[in-house]
Amino acid sequence: MAGTESRLFDITFLDMLACQESPVHRLDARAKVLTTFIFVVVVASFDKYAVVSLLPLFLFPLVLVVQARLPYGFLGKRLLLVAPFALMVGAFNPLLDQQTQLLLGTFAVTGGWLSFLSILLRFTLTVGMALVLIAVTSFPGICNAIDKLGAPRVFALQLLFLYRYIFVLGEEARRMVRARSLRSFHGRGNGLKVYGALLTQLLWRTIERAQRVHKAMLSRGFVGTVPLLQMKRFTWQDGAFVGLWCGFFIAVRILSGSAELQVWVAELLK
Amino acid sequence: MSHHLVEVNELRYTYPDGTQALAGVDFRITHGEAVAIVGANGAGKSTLLQHLNGYLWPSSGQVRVGDYALTKQNLQDARRSVGMVFQDPDDQLFMPTVREDVAFGPLNLGLSEEDALQRVTTALRQVGALHLQDRPPHRLSSGEKRAVAIATVLAMSPDVLVLDEPSTGLDPKSRRQLIDWLAGYRHTKIIASHDLDLVLDLCQRTIVLSAGKVLADGPTREVFQDQKLLEQSRLERPLRLQGCPVCSLASS
Amino acid sequence: MHMADALLSPQVGGVFWVAAAGTIAVCSRKLKSDPDDSRIPLMGVLGAFVFAAQMINFTIPATGSSGHLGGGLLLAALLGPSAAFLTIASVLVVQALFFADGGLLALGCNIFNLGFFPAFLAYPFIFKPLTGTRPSRKRLFWASLLAALVALQLGSLGVVAQTSWSGIAALPFTSFLLVMQPIHLAIGLVEGLVTAVVVGLIWNGQPELLRLSTARSAAPVAGRRKLVVALLSVAVLVGGVFSWYASAQPDGLEWSIQQVTGQEELAHSQPPVHGLLAALQEKLAFLPDYGFADLSEMEDGSLQSRSGTSLSGILGAGLTLLLALLFGLAARKRPHRS
Repeated sequence: MAGTESRLFDITFLDMLACQESPVHRLDARAKVLTTFIFVVVVASFDKYAVVSLLPLFLFPLVLVVQARLPYGFLGKRLLLVAPFALMVGAFNPLLDQQTQLLLGTFAVTGGWLSFLSILLRFTLTVGMALVLIAVTSFPGICNAIDKLGAPRVFALQLLFLYRYIFVLGEEARRMVRARSLRSFHGRGNGLKVYGALLTQLLWRTIERAQRVHKAMLSRGFVGTVPLLQMKRFTWQDGAFVGLWCGFFIAVRILSGSAELQVWVAELLK
Repeated sequence: MSHHLVEVNELRYTYPDGTQALAGVDFRITHGEAVAIVGANGAGKSTLLQHLNGYLWPSSGQVRVGDYALTKQNLQDARRSVGMVFQDPDDQLFMPTVREDVAFGPLNLGLSEEDALQRVTTALRQVGALHLQDRPPHRLSSGEKRAVAIATVLAMSPDVLVLDEPSTGLDPKSRRQLIDWLAGYRHTKIIASHDLDLVLDLCQRTIVLSAGKVLADGPTREVFQDQKLLEQSRLERPLRLQGCPVCSLASS
Repeated sequence: MHMADALLSPQVGGVFWVAAAGTIAVCSRKLKSDPDDSRIPLMGVLGAFVFAAQMINFTIPATGSSGHLGGGLLLAALLGPSAAFLTIASVLVVQALFFADGGLLALGCNIFNLGFFPAFLAYPFIFKPLTGTRPSRKRLFWASLLAALVALQLGSLGVVAQTSWSGIAALPFTSFLLVMQPIHLAIGLVEGLVTAVVVGLIWNGQPELLRLSTARSAAPVAGRRKLVVALLSVAVLVGGVFSWYASAQPDGLEWSIQQVTGQEELAHSQPPVHGLLAALQEKLAFLPDYGFADLSEMEDGSLQSRSGTSLSGILGAGLTLLLALLFGLAARKRPHRS
């Protein structure tokens, strides 16, 4: 769980990245959402001891990061911040699974270490890719994409509204926290009682805001449905992006299972 | 025929908690007029505005828009013809991009996407905000937000433009731009504001509300010269109508 | 606690994706027919509220650590189950994308763990019965506390089960459970307390906000039936995942799947073949000894196979109980309708 104010900063920063111009940014959001999803499923489908065979998949996020000129430092820091849970759980693997799975010369590698490494790689790939996706596709773009890909309109709208008001309410929360800390001394004022009052205050404002937004919608002819604009047409470049990358993922996946590759990898490691 | 007419007769409204916000308000605003509604906090301005496009229904009395009394049947029509610009643009700009936000109204009116986008372009150009159309609302400055909020309403081609505190949160330059723009807008305008200098610039007529009643209704300059009236309704003479303390000190 | 992609197999992830997507579809349809269109902005803004609220925290006395609002149960109490579920799901989507909490494949699991349990179990079956038709401040307090606590316990159980089903982490089910549940008992107490305080303050300030959703979800009869259907389908789904797991893990099917997909060519001793039912019976009989048996074997090389079967035993027992409970609840709710 990241710190309080940094969350708002992260959203703002990623939102800014998503507004940049690059060939990746210009691709259709549907293409990027679809490809990312297939990517994640392919990563997850690898054997629990897969380490080396996962490595080629790093090509996808790396190419996107380079093409879209995303800042490595920021993405890396984000990854480290969210790592603990997967690491904590994975860290038991070396203790629990001590069967030898691989011999590197005379050095025996246990299954536990292999699967732990595998968890690390999976984590980096999947979580990293989620961040890359949002950094190269605006969140509204993603919402539009899932709407067009068949998600219920109510849900797509929910996401859009939520996103829109994160910034507004986030600012309000920030001001409240600041106001509290300016008048809290020696830890007094940070207790549950004040916290509850603060939260409820924010909730009142939120509900009043919702009423005003509803009013604004009504005054512009809202009768229960919210129209979303058509997306740009899905071009052959978008199709090629989906096709080529997914082909690559699947090829890596299939090759990883083949005996020749295993042997080759084992040779390489010796 | 004239949609540009807004009339309020004996309007009374009591909130569910028992607070009487409007205690019999009467006025008639005709085509092309620019009318200010001023008054202290809690005088009933917001409540009054919310009646003009049927968000609140009067406890008694009547609102007439165009030639018809406002009813649930002609509500949609009235909402199109009375365009409401809210005090906080963050309430009004709820869609992910400026373009979609401005298109929201026209699409709800049943326009095709092509026609709606045409209106988006026209409305944004009118307020000088066409370059903002791909931006998300949360990345606009206050002045830009205000301009876009006005465009969202213009895109519905309203007959009457209602603005609630339009100059709040604007820096002096943005405020001036807004005033210049509003001065050039020829349709009927109703402006609720504490910014009496803005009122002086834009509105020939001023209605003073106090405790849910019309305390005065007349030419703006006359209203603002009436010291007793202003004090009674917790207002202050606009700076421009006051003697300048610095200049008068310098000359003495 | 968010389930993570790295610990998840595509099968388990997929099943929960389907479950989450299905529930989202059902809830969306239900809301679409709701004449109160002011809920669309309300839900959106309340979702943002959960974010904003999580930016505010408080110091837990004597520990120095800080706590904040979980949000699931509070949303259910303000919006009713369907709208709350959609709102929680939307919050989780944003968290998965922007904060990489969990990941995209785990999104289904997370929506299920953190959305379904508070909205469709804790709220209707704990919060509402406990507050009753004539709620008082005290009842609201205990109802909120308990419901939030139980929701989080179930959510944590979900994480443990999904991790075990996936079989990527080697941590045995029981040991993992023994770590996770107490931790989440502590977190749940804090979250429950916060929820209870806020619900109490809402009750003082604008009680109609709470009553609205209570009355709304209690009134329509059709809503009840849909809930039962939803519960049943989830039970079936869970059962399905379980039987998939059961058939894949301890018997020969696993071996054949490996052959087909070409996985696990490297030396890997097969776990002893145990029929699910046999394992279930055997393990149920010695349930109390169980955690110890597992833990004492930690150093033992043969642990993996043992934990494999014990895992299915415990899981089987737990899931049978859960299914029975769900069916029981479903059956009990039915007479209300006629």
